Amino acid sequence: MGDLMYEEVEDLEFPDDIHVTSTGISNEKLGMWVYLASDCLLFGGMISTYLIYKNRPAQIEGLEGGDIIPSQFFDIPFTSMTSFILLMSSLTMVLSVNAIMRGDMVRMRLWLVATTVLGSMFLAGQAYEFTIFYFDDGLGFTTNVATSAFYALTGLHGVHVLIGVIMLLTMVGISYRRKMHAEAVEVVGLYWHFVDIVWVVIFTVVYLIP
Amino acid sequence: MAITEQTPLELTTGEDRTSSAGDPMGVFARPRANTGWRSWVNTVDHKKIGIMYGVASFFFFLVAGVEALMIRTQLAVPGSQLLSADLYNQVFTMHGVTMVFMVVMPLAAAFANYLLPLQIGARDVSFPRMNALSLWIWLSGAIFFNTSWFLGGGADGGWFNYAPNASVTFSPGFGIDFYAIGLIIMGIGSTVSAVNLTVTVLNMRAPGMTLMKMPVFTWMMFITQVLLVFALPVITVALLLLSFDRIFDAAFFDASKGGDPFLWQHLFWIFGHPEVYIMVLPAFGIVSEVIPVFSRKPIFGYPFMVGSGIAIGFMGWGVWAHHMFASGMGQMSILAFSLATLFIAVPTGVKVLNWLATMYGGRLRFNTAMLFSVALVGMFTIGGLSGVSHAFAPADTQQTDTYYIVAHFHYVLFGGALLGLFSGMYFWWPKVFGHFLGERLGKWHFWLTLIGFNLTFGPQHILGLQGMMRRTYTYFDDQGFSTWNLVSTIGSYIIAISVLVFMWNMGASYRKHRRERVDPGPDPWDARSLEWMVPSPTPEHNFDETPVVEEFDEFWHRKYGHDENGRLVRIAKTSDVAQTGQNANVHLPSPSYWPLVIAISMPLIGYGLIFNLWWAVPGAILLIAGCYGWVMEPSTDPAGGHHHDDHDPEAGPPDAAVAELAKGEDLETGMSNGTDDGGPESSTTEEAPVG
Repeated sequence: MGDLMYEEVEDLEFPDDIHVTSTGISNEKLGMWVYLASDCLLFGGMISTYLIYKNRPAQIEGLEGGDIIPSQFFDIPFTSMTSFILLMSSLTMVLSVNAIMRGDMVRMRLWLVATTVLGSMFLAGQAYEFTIFYFDDGLGFTTNVATSAFYALTGLHGVHVLIGVIMLLTMVGISYRRKMHAEAVEVVGLYWHFVDIVWVVIFTVVYLIP
Repeated sequence: MAITEQTPLELTTGEDRTSSAGDPMGVFARPRANTGWRSWVNTVDHKKIGIMYGVASFFFFLVAGVEALMIRTQLAVPGSQLLSADLYNQVFTMHGVTMVFMVVMPLAAAFANYLLPLQIGARDVSFPRMNALSLWIWLSGAIFFNTSWFLGGGADGGWFNYAPNASVTFSPGFGIDFYAIGLIIMGIGSTVSAVNLTVTVLNMRAPGMTLMKMPVFTWMMFITQVLLVFALPVITVALLLLSFDRIFDAAFFDASKGGDPFLWQHLFWIFGHPEVYIMVLPAFGIVSEVIPVFSRKPIFGYPFMVGSGIAIGFMGWGVWAHHMFASGMGQMSILAFSLATLFIAVPTGVKVLNWLATMYGGRLRFNTAMLFSVALVGMFTIGGLSGVSHAFAPADTQQTDTYYIVAHFHYVLFGGALLGLFSGMYFWWPKVFGHFLGERLGKWHFWLTLIGFNLTFGPQHILGLQGMMRRTYTYFDDQGFSTWNLVSTIGSYIIAISVLVFMWNMGASYRKHRRERVDPGPDPWDARSLEWMVPSPTPEHNFDETPVVEEFDEFWHRKYGHDENGRLVRIAKTSDVAQTGQNANVHLPSPSYWPLVIAISMPLIGYGLIFNLWWAVPGAILLIAGCYGWVMEPSTDPAGGHHHDDHDPEAGPPDAAVAELAKGEDLETGMSNGTDDGGPESSTTEEAPVG
């Protein structure tokens, strides 16, 4: 890491209007918080939909697709393991933020890549779970409303994780190209932690509560 | 000197190996045009973006107006065969959706974009590029939605497209697909804009501008943006489920396969009722700026004005099911939502009282802006009162789906939102364009609008109580609806004439300005808030120096004080307290192509989803390329001519190497709300453009 330039240190010690926002939180971070607040309701809507539909095929007689529902086929030990992997990726994310705060670019890249690998393992687990459901158990997206709601909810979360993985990889690439703000890593980290927390909710509500 | 332990988050680390930061992907040169159409396409200036919002939404206002005239012409006489039942369904649906999502919301966004930074004393919004992104995404979604007319017909299920009517079985055309995907696209744009403006109000205020010193317009827009942040994802879920149903054969809303049409109603109205306040609160804000200026009194009960706005924002979330009293949802729900709906009339009543109390005893000047504002107070109150009559569920069961409802919400949205927006146009026109709108034609515009509006929608109360159903393409002579329908149609043509007068006024005022060049000066109305402190039209950098705010109505207090008897006296000439716009040493955010590139990708993906998934591929590629181009592009052009090196040392400390930073990666802005093809909806965040 290069030495701090004189003017940067001056900004640090004598904050002026340019860098101090009204709330003291930077625009980027506050923007991410506001966006995540919005995202909460996106997942809220999807989770509600799943809760309404999860047992419905068994409750109404004579529906097409039969009364099979995803919760009959949940492999709790397997999903617990992928959930654990995703939670651990939050730890590596924290470590990478910590690394760049110390100016340690090498370790930051290392932990970012570790986070990416863990996130990808979670996605791979989800893909594996979906293929088992689809090919072995006969749960298609259009089988009935319970399966549709299940795939829509977990798929929406999967897309969030995928976007997170892409952002992390992009960040690793950018770190080779130019200087970075530690806060940029932190803001992406916020997104990543949010996706993890949402999974904790989904895992509890969808998988653990019968 | 190395600070290794505690590098603060704001500073950069790592090495900069970028050789050509100016052309990020080596494809496009960074846009540098300051004039001509390019300067509009690339701009990240909140003022230009606001003007473009206004122009585009006025265009859609004309489109939706023509659709409205088609509806009224069809209903002018009984048994008319001008439109078929099918075409009539499409016309009223497109009219409603266009008016809500492409006229009232973006027109409010036009005011918000232009005025929020000025009113809080900022140089720009917090994320200027995201601001451009939200404009272009909204516009591409709006155009996408309206192209359905040429690709098999528009949506035909009403603006709320109730299930199962919206299913492929009952609406086999592509119209509702365009509705679902078009609204998702516009929703992404609105989310980006809402995040941006929320952060702007929270973070970009001038020194001393505490929350309770912000102008009421800023407050109402802020509440609107917060409502948008939370309301849009809910309709996005509903629209996603609807498009899964229609495109991928799911059955979320198909009762024959276990789906629940009721779920759509709930999701739609959980969004839909806050949406009502999203449309009307900006107009309330405008009126709260206009009435004090033309009464020469401060707004009466400022804390109550703000508090009632917040109360409306909160309570707006607890009343959605009053749209569903006739759906059979159970007595307890009906009771609860009925009570909540009665209560929400209270904060609205507080606002009406405060406007009247502001005018009471004031030195009133009834020019066009004031006339529109006063008309809003009256017309909105009528709409509010008919709204309270819906809150009583037994009465509502009679009124549901009749013209009484149509009359009610037009009094609220035309008599509320649109009159307020017109008022705002007359009020801020000199600030935006540097010349007045003509008063004589303006008065014609006002009176024609008011008379036409009341003739159109007043009789619909009677028609509704007589039992005329809405959304029915014709009626019979012996039903007794003929007279009032004819009156209503005549009224609608009077509104059309008033819009023509308004357009004539815009043209004539501009030509007069070209001939005579009368400078309105910074403060033509002797007004109160900070935007009147800068020259008209607003210079590109807004403020020469950031004002330090001490009081509510800061600008007024710089002009006026009190003598020892407590009487109002002028203490300074406007020319002494206003700024000259001469400061050239201001660091502005650089223009960018990428918002437009990302926005263009969205309708391509939309067409792909509807017609052939392969067509989505170029859209997805463009989206990913746009996101990466955005991320790799520094938010401030290092070669853009206004680098920190040429700052006057007096003008403020240099921007700490802004060019090299391009800080903030991939601020996720809402693609995850959207469709598929996961390029990160990344939008690099901007260095605070205050310089």
